[in-house]
Amino acid sequence: MAANCMCNETGVLIFSCSGGSDVGELSDRVARKMAKCGQAKMFCLSGIGAHIPGMIESTKAANKIIAIDGCPVSCSKKTLEHAGFKVLAFNLKDIGFEKGKAKVNEESIEKAASIIAGGKIEETISRSSGGCCTK
Amino acid sequence: MKIEILGAGCPKCKQLTSNAEAAAKELNIQAEIGKVTDIDKITEYGVMMTPALVIDGIVVSAGKVLSEDEIKKIISK
Repeated sequence: MAANCMCNETGVLIFSCSGGSDVGELSDRVARKMAKCGQAKMFCLSGIGAHIPGMIESTKAANKIIAIDGCPVSCSKKTLEHAGFKVLAFNLKDIGFEKGKAKVNEESIEKAASIIAGGKIEETISRSSGGCCTK
Repeated sequence: MKIEILGAGCPKCKQLTSNAEAAAKELNIQAEIGKVTDIDKITEYGVMMTPALVIDGIVVSAGKVLSEDEIKKIISK
């Protein structure tokens, strides 16, 4: 394999809504946490919304696509679905974070990441490089 | 037609290049086929996975080695 080769398996891609509210920020921080822990690769939702061909095609190469939304508007999930992708969607409201009342700190980030990692994507994550977020 | 193969030069990139050359030849299309190996330039296309195939500036695939037939279908569109 050549140096800096990017031809490894894409694995799990994670997208967050990264919206302007507290839960939007939390979704972003959770996705970054999971990416940092090696559980998924974070990718740019705006690139999907903008239909950037390179990003669309790269996303097609993913084994699994995770969408994390902060609120029930579900922009991340809907943006990805609009582009034709099937996603595993998580909404922070469903796991106890209320818009306008959520605290964004290490505790809440860890709690949300742990729930997501231990939920529907458990099997997927166990096939990846492991990670420090799963309990 | 300009065809670019994005990738650092691993066997998958070489295979995709070979398939693209064969597809262009088969369709009797005058194509300028080039390689982009610089990571910064590759990421400027928004590509996260290589090899990627770019036709006339548009990324048409990423993270897979398209067959000659698949490339022919794309070129013929």
